[in-house]
Amino acid sequence: MSWTRKHLLTLEELSLDEIEQIHLTAGAFKKILGRSVKKVPALRGKTIVNLFLEPSTRTRMAFDMAAKRLSADVISVDAASSSTTKGETLRDTAQNIEALNADMIVLRHAASGSPLYLSRILDIPVINAGDGAHEHPTQGLLDTFTMKERLGSLKGRKIVILGDILFSRVARSNIHALTKMGADVTLVGPATLVPHWFTDLGVKVSYDLRSALADAEVVMLLRIQHERQTSSHFPSLGEYTSMFGLNKTRASWLNPSAIIMHPGPINRGVEIDSELADGERSVILQQVTNGIAVRMAVLYLCAGGQPEHVLGTGDPQD
Amino acid sequence: MPSLWISQARVIDPASGRDEVGDLFVVDGVIVPSLSPEQKTNAEKIDAHGFIACPGLVDIHVHLREPGQTHKETILTGSQAAAAGGFTSIVCMPNTVPVADNAGTIQLMKDTIQRDAVVKVYPTGCITVGQKGAALAPIGTLKRAGVVAITDDGDCVQNNELMRRAVEYAKMFDLPVMDHCQDSSLTQGAVMNEGIVSTRLGLRGWPNCAEDVIVSRNVILSTYTDAQIHLQHISSLNSVDIIRRAKARGVKITAEATPHHIALTDSTITTYDTNFKMNPPLRTEADRQGIIAGLRDGTLDCIATDHAPHTDYEKDKEFDFAPNGIIGLETALAISLEILVRQNGFTLPFVIDLMTRRPADVMKLPAGRLSVGSPADICIFNPEENWVYDAKAGYSKSSNSPWHRQKLKGRVTTTIVNGRVVFHQGKMREKS
Repeated sequence: MSWTRKHLLTLEELSLDEIEQIHLTAGAFKKILGRSVKKVPALRGKTIVNLFLEPSTRTRMAFDMAAKRLSADVISVDAASSSTTKGETLRDTAQNIEALNADMIVLRHAASGSPLYLSRILDIPVINAGDGAHEHPTQGLLDTFTMKERLGSLKGRKIVILGDILFSRVARSNIHALTKMGADVTLVGPATLVPHWFTDLGVKVSYDLRSALADAEVVMLLRIQHERQTSSHFPSLGEYTSMFGLNKTRASWLNPSAIIMHPGPINRGVEIDSELADGERSVILQQVTNGIAVRMAVLYLCAGGQPEHVLGTGDPQD
Repeated sequence: MPSLWISQARVIDPASGRDEVGDLFVVDGVIVPSLSPEQKTNAEKIDAHGFIACPGLVDIHVHLREPGQTHKETILTGSQAAAAGGFTSIVCMPNTVPVADNAGTIQLMKDTIQRDAVVKVYPTGCITVGQKGAALAPIGTLKRAGVVAITDDGDCVQNNELMRRAVEYAKMFDLPVMDHCQDSSLTQGAVMNEGIVSTRLGLRGWPNCAEDVIVSRNVILSTYTDAQIHLQHISSLNSVDIIRRAKARGVKITAEATPHHIALTDSTITTYDTNFKMNPPLRTEADRQGIIAGLRDGTLDCIATDHAPHTDYEKDKEFDFAPNGIIGLETALAISLEILVRQNGFTLPFVIDLMTRRPADVMKLPAGRLSVGSPADICIFNPEENWVYDAKAGYSKSSNSPWHRQKLKGRVTTTIVNGRVVFHQGKMREKS
């Protein structure tokens, strides 16, 4: 087992073996997070730039924290403080960051494909922290990591992704990871937000919530992304909730041991009942915690680390 | 100007049906049946053995960017690119800066054309003031200033009443209305064809129904007003079908297809390469086949390039933010030969017809013929030459081509405009 990639751009391009390498590495790092001293020297002396050109709280904090746990120096740049507001292109911004001797760029950007674009310009690793509606690979990795923690192997497991799929990079990354892991994935939501073309990615598409949720072992809810939608995708949030919101009745259709997931930020009372979000089946906060371990694994591996240096000892060296 | 004697070419003139190995003669810028012994002695002789000599190609859809965006292209460089591609007559779009919605801008273009252009350049004017789709531009004045058609180019007129009046009004002047068919309410933020590929890439989709809706609208308005509407760069299979049925009823609709829509599909956009981003976007294989079938049965009248230059630094962006369009003048013939003749069994004279007489007739241009007395606009090409297209080394000021560094087959050797050799064996000739 060895890690050869410099960039993490998509889960579509990863093999099942590579996904498992990241999961194993993340598992080792997770043990460290439980210690009183949570820091390892793996990336000491390295500088990571979090270039977040689109708003983010969770992902940015998790990347920030992951880098610090690995002893890297971290600089975060957001859209408001970057020169993109002065008309600087992404190429120029990134080349300047490289010229400042950064060792890695973590990019969040509204334009799909922008991490690939940067990876072709720069010599340093580029980590995709979400590009438009395309992919959010670390989210897909932490979601599948969390599912495996709870369910074990995902082969043949019935997993439902519910909500705004069309505009969701989280859905796409999860679809690529889950299909590689052999899960039985169904997408559900209003037809305007779940186009039939998704079946080409090896998943089922359904507009019937009841049959889709029946006996599902995971339901992953997605936020309704007001900011990416034109006005015509569905009549109102109220109607969305009444047709597709997850409430107690609908949750009772799930497999009794099913878990409820959400990448956040959640709209309480819209896609999920407030009580369910806080209930015992919800793993929403575990997802956040796992997000640190998974991102530590990704930063570590893309900086040149190898899984076997972490495994077993739980104490990675540089 | 010396007389010309083009010898031993395969002369193809679709208008007259001529297709034979023989000679072409030019005196005083006009095709003549023969040269006198004295004229033969003094003529410039072009040995075209093994080559095709056909009417100069006609492109009724190009963007020359002058005035206003001369960093992308100029009338000089755009017309040189045309000459290098075998084109002798081109129709340029009015989306310059400022837009060509008034006689003054048209006159400025005509002065620049007179001074710089190496091929015949025909300007078009806007349908509406500022190309904004709200009020009619001075169409009669534009006609008087010399436009050959009116169009709002990429800003398809959305208001049906306004479009109806534009068509009705332009008909008075026998002025075709060209329309880029796009219902903009269906394409908000769209950057590529809507379908499996856009779903995979997470890019906003431009559904082909947005074209079909406006194609249908134009068929209806053309029927109602009995006036010509020319549909630009058809990209959708369903639109081809709508046009086919309209033509069967005698509706005065004409339509064009681009080399890129017959050669490429959206599945080529796997790496977000912005040189595959244009409007309308590349569509599916079924659409591509539909367009080829439309050209085959005459539903689509002609080939036009939609030559749309943008600089490297403008195209070098995130896919969402890069401008639409690719250049096409220097590759159109080779691509059409490859796709239509070699891959789809079209005859060579038919493909030449699609690039000469037919587009000329759509726009009522005095071009596309080699008959005696016609202006001597001639394209000579070697259909067998293999070459590698280097967009950076081309004559266009821009190099935004999906065929950069690709192997192509079929290359223009000589381009003659009004009896003057403007391009020969890879070089532009100075304007005397």
